[in-house]
Amino acid sequence: MLSVKGLSVAYGEIQVVWDLNLEVGKGEKVAMVGPNGAGKTTTLKSIVGLIPPKSGRVEFLGEDITGKHAHDIVRKGITLVPEGRRLFPKMTVIENLELGAFTPEAKAKKGDTLEWIFQIFPVLKERRNQTAETLSGGEGQMLAIARGLMSRPKLLMLDEPSLGLAPKLVAQIFASFERLHEEGMTILLVEQFVAKALSFAERGYLLERGRIVKEGAGEELLRDEYIRKVYVGG
Amino acid sequence: MGGIYALMSIGLNLIFGVIKVVNFAHGEFLMLGMYIAYWAFTLYGLDPYVSLPLVAISILALGALTQGLIINPLLKTKEINQVLATIGLMIFLENLALFLWKSDFRSVLTAYSAASISIGEMRISFARLLAFAVAMGTALAFYALLTKTDVGRRIRAVAQDAEAAELMGIDHRRIYIATFGLGGALVGVAAAAMSPIYYAFPTVGALFGPTAFIVVVLGGLGSFIGAMIGGLIIGIVESIAGVLTNAELAKAFAFAIFLLVLFRKPTGLFGERARV
Repeated sequence: MLSVKGLSVAYGEIQVVWDLNLEVGKGEKVAMVGPNGAGKTTTLKSIVGLIPPKSGRVEFLGEDITGKHAHDIVRKGITLVPEGRRLFPKMTVIENLELGAFTPEAKAKKGDTLEWIFQIFPVLKERRNQTAETLSGGEGQMLAIARGLMSRPKLLMLDEPSLGLAPKLVAQIFASFERLHEEGMTILLVEQFVAKALSFAERGYLLERGRIVKEGAGEELLRDEYIRKVYVGG
Repeated sequence: MGGIYALMSIGLNLIFGVIKVVNFAHGEFLMLGMYIAYWAFTLYGLDPYVSLPLVAISILALGALTQGLIINPLLKTKEINQVLATIGLMIFLENLALFLWKSDFRSVLTAYSAASISIGEMRISFARLLAFAVAMGTALAFYALLTKTDVGRRIRAVAQDAEAAELMGIDHRRIYIATFGLGGALVGVAAAAMSPIYYAFPTVGALFGPTAFIVVVLGGLGSFIGAMIGGLIIGIVESIAGVLTNAELAKAFAFAIFLLVLFRKPTGLFGERARV
């Protein structure tokens, strides 16, 4: 479904991602893990067109989308739930959600999508008329994910969704990912929370200093000695 | 004049709040609008309130073109370039007007220009009252546009987080063009409403542009209510000071109030801490 070939990304003179190859198949749940500053966010931003790649190729459903504008790529069916949630703070929950359903197709299905989302995250229904800035961290993250779902994506990419959340909320958010996966959603998850991400994902990639250093099945990577020693702790 | 200031300032504040560009040519937009109203009146006998939509649309187009042709190509460069570009535009427009129309003071003398309404001891100029009413009505209509319509919601989304808005599928560059256009349209309305009460001349923008800046900073950067209330305060201070002292000193009083407020509250009356 998503195929990234030889992607290199640089900020001016400083190259952050080097010759990265990544595949995500339809209906798969894939995790990309690695330490802070490894280039995970940059990779995602480059896929959705927020940062133009220096070289390489991004294909989605067989179509070359390299270097297209972010607002066009959303229309193709890729949605990124960005790191740090990036909600519209002065707008209500419902306004945030409505902005997520921007494309004509998404707009047509808005009512159904809202119902579906309120089923997954009932708390958002209670908070629908509150502004986003008044939400707690967990609620804010749920809203960010829900807003991403409003566009009815074919591929959902999540950047550090567990960041700053209490373990209980992390579990709740991962449960929602499981549910989405069961409903057929393709998911690319980026996480620093390595153990959690790899036990969730069917396949994983380990990114270090802008390069993929290991890849394989989630369980396999979890058993990997290097990963256990450096990232999982025992 | 308070209403006119409010309208200009709301436009200026909108452009700054969304695009993060200070439009130094804002006063010159007003000047051009006033000339359009003047020529519509002189050549075709159109009352400024009849030509108001034409003026608003012309300045809307000017604003949209400014963003599309000048600012958008500079977005990825240093911010100072965008500011310098609007300063360049300011100088260009001022000199263009000087070249085309000379430095004469031109005024639109409508039947109601000198009319006034008496309430007890007070005499209120009819033209000024009308200008105020139109300005306030436009401000309210604009507020509704911003809060109730799809376009308004997109503009606010881009103002709050342009990158996140892109992720929603919103083309922020197009929103920038719409925003600059709308800011221009507000100035256009202000220009038409002002033409029966003030002269048009090439540097009239230099007289009112800075006042709009004061209002924006006084009310608080990025605040719609701030620009509105700030405009009224400066308008009222100027007219009271004008009556008590003389017209030349009135602007000084406006600046004094402005400084006093900033000493007490550097973010302006309704400003929050600056968002980057």
